[in-house]
Amino acid sequence: MNHNAEISYIKKNIPSKVKSLGISLLIIGMLGIILSYYFDTARSAYNNIIIFLFLISIGVGSLFLISIEYLSGAVWSVPFRRIPEFLAGIILTLPIIVLPLIFNMSNVFEWLHPEILKIDELLKSKAPYLNQNFFIVRIFVFISIWLIFFYFLLRNSIKQDENKDQALTKKNIKFSAAFMPFFAITITFTAIDWLMSLEPHWFSTIFGVYYFSGSVLAALASSTIAIVLLNEKGYLLKGLSNDHYYSLGALLFAFVNFWAYIAFSQYLLIWYANLPEETIWFLNRWQGSWIYFSIGLIIIHFVVPYFGLLSQPSKMNPKRLLLMSIWILFAHYYDLFWLAIPNYSKNQVIFSWNEISFLVFAIGLLIIIFYAFANKFNLVPIGDPKLKRGIDFRL
Amino acid sequence: MDNKKLYGCAAIYNTPDEILSAAKEVRNSGYKKFDVHSPYPIHGMPKAMNLPPSKLGYAALIFGLSGAITALLLTFWISAIDYPLVIGGKPFFSFPAYIPVIFEVTVLSASVATVITMLFIFFKLPNNAHPLNDTEYMKKVSSDKYGIVIQADDDIFNESVVIDFLRKTGASEVFPIYFNDEELSVKPKILEPKFLLFLTATAIFTSGITYFTLNKLLYMTPFNWMMEQPKLNPQHSSIIFKDGFGMRTPVEGTVARGHLPYAFKNKPEDAGKYLVNPLPVSKSVLQLGQKKYDIYCSPCHGYHGEGDSRLRGQFPNPPSLHSEKVRNWSDGRIFHVITEGQNIMPSYSSQLTEDERWAIIHYIRVLQRSLNAKETDLQ
Repeated sequence: MNHNAEISYIKKNIPSKVKSLGISLLIIGMLGIILSYYFDTARSAYNNIIIFLFLISIGVGSLFLISIEYLSGAVWSVPFRRIPEFLAGIILTLPIIVLPLIFNMSNVFEWLHPEILKIDELLKSKAPYLNQNFFIVRIFVFISIWLIFFYFLLRNSIKQDENKDQALTKKNIKFSAAFMPFFAITITFTAIDWLMSLEPHWFSTIFGVYYFSGSVLAALASSTIAIVLLNEKGYLLKGLSNDHYYSLGALLFAFVNFWAYIAFSQYLLIWYANLPEETIWFLNRWQGSWIYFSIGLIIIHFVVPYFGLLSQPSKMNPKRLLLMSIWILFAHYYDLFWLAIPNYSKNQVIFSWNEISFLVFAIGLLIIIFYAFANKFNLVPIGDPKLKRGIDFRL
Repeated sequence: MDNKKLYGCAAIYNTPDEILSAAKEVRNSGYKKFDVHSPYPIHGMPKAMNLPPSKLGYAALIFGLSGAITALLLTFWISAIDYPLVIGGKPFFSFPAYIPVIFEVTVLSASVATVITMLFIFFKLPNNAHPLNDTEYMKKVSSDKYGIVIQADDDIFNESVVIDFLRKTGASEVFPIYFNDEELSVKPKILEPKFLLFLTATAIFTSGITYFTLNKLLYMTPFNWMMEQPKLNPQHSSIIFKDGFGMRTPVEGTVARGHLPYAFKNKPEDAGKYLVNPLPVSKSVLQLGQKKYDIYCSPCHGYHGEGDSRLRGQFPNPPSLHSEKVRNWSDGRIFHVITEGQNIMPSYSSQLTEDERWAIIHYIRVLQRSLNAKETDLQ
């Protein structure tokens, strides 16, 4: 009856070194953010959007990975499913991170200003969707949807550790199936609301998919970082082999290509149609020093991870996998920076302590959240009926 | 069943794990000539069989790159050299549009060519005969079983030893495989000169027909009528005329539009008698007259026609236009003065069109009436 009888898992706590690292990063970042908001509110608001979406990418993207695992009945990812589950815990902090943005919306969003609305026919016709009240309601509805699904998926998974009830897996499959349409809609509209509406005249129908491809990459990369670090230090179950690493690497590689495919699709159509209201978006990113930043996006987000993960041994090598995951996570931040900041600083790339403190804060927050969950719950879903098969997984 | 020879000993296994460990055992026992067959690739098998890393990837790389280069040259040649069309205002060589084509051709040529290379190298095409073909063993391992064959020409092969050994590795079935030597030595018909000749002839014929159809029957010259119109550009020679000049001198007596020659040269009295002002007195005509009068006439005659020039004595002042003489002149007589000039006043025919002159005359009449109004005007 019990498939996992021979698996013995002894929980090891993550050293408190990690916690102090996370807290110090968090405090440094926090101080930087407060100073940044004090000196340059508009710039800080843009940076706040970037880390807000960066954390959504990791949190909601992790929920997506969990759901995909349940829905496809995958076994290889079961031994380390807890890691995306813990990372999805970042959703708990989203309402706090979005708060400063709610109070500084007028610094960022052009469509909020009544004097612009008065003369701009196009924005006037978009006003039923792009208005402050609906906008705020939307983001909080989205966050609560994510929280609900996060709560139920994690609760069932934790409960299974004790009672080893297979019915909980079935329940989670149903939750995952219900989550998918919500995920598709919320992630698309989040991208439209927070990134596309920075330039409210511009539109691209593929934009939601573009953000989705990046967000899954970010979730996958951050999970891989944690998995490789924990597994190499022996925090996870013994028996995870090259085949598990290979699968993670292959999935990363696939989504690197998917991102490039979507990004190029968006570029090609806009380039081909050559309509001024569409090309302006790329032209803004092709002016001044942004041109180097844009070319850098292709290299950082596609060329380097592509060749870094191309060969079979590179996907199986934990060091290479760790390096590429950190690189891809950075590339996602770079991507979001490329999407948002050209609206604030035209013609010139800016990067200074303001940006760094926001990034440091986000990383610190991720470490703290992960640490808190990892010390409270088991690092391995020991009650999952697929665990044994997951460990024995061979390609 | 006469020429049957022993090819080797086969073992059938039920799971991939069994075949992996069995392959390791076979390799460790010193057998060199053995092969593993499975319905799908098993990861870790090259290591278990101690095979060197496959070089097939290099074939894929070479074919993929050549596919990419071919597609790039193809799209470049078609749309920038052979049949240049302006599409969407883009340059003839516009790289982003080629990327999908290049991508597809790269993937296609890499995958197809890799499979074909594999068939040639591992299955020794065009000779497709193999002792294992059409055996029960091959039927099993290509559906749901996994198998190992140790070949009889291995240095340490001994039938009974091998069968015992394979049984020990956990095989579900072990049996020898025989083959017919004659069947294998049949030369493939593909290499017969007749067939090759036929193939060449077909290739030449097909490509000839294709070339003829595309380049002769269906060929349309590129659309460049905007650039090359059947008109003669200025300063260009013509083959129509004997002297080769494209530009012709007009027929004698030809008159340019709006430039009728003046009929009353040196005949001021006739002009006064026969010429009639064709323009009606209307607001727009008077406004035109005022404008032109202020530009051309007022510097000498003054804004009100009183001969009070703004030239400050640099030029002799003309007499007033309010004199009785001018007032009694007909419109045609004034027209003559503007057209021909009078005394030191030059001709204004090149500055003013005929209509403008007539409009000025109307305006002069207005000026005159302002100083010498008729009694009826005052009522």
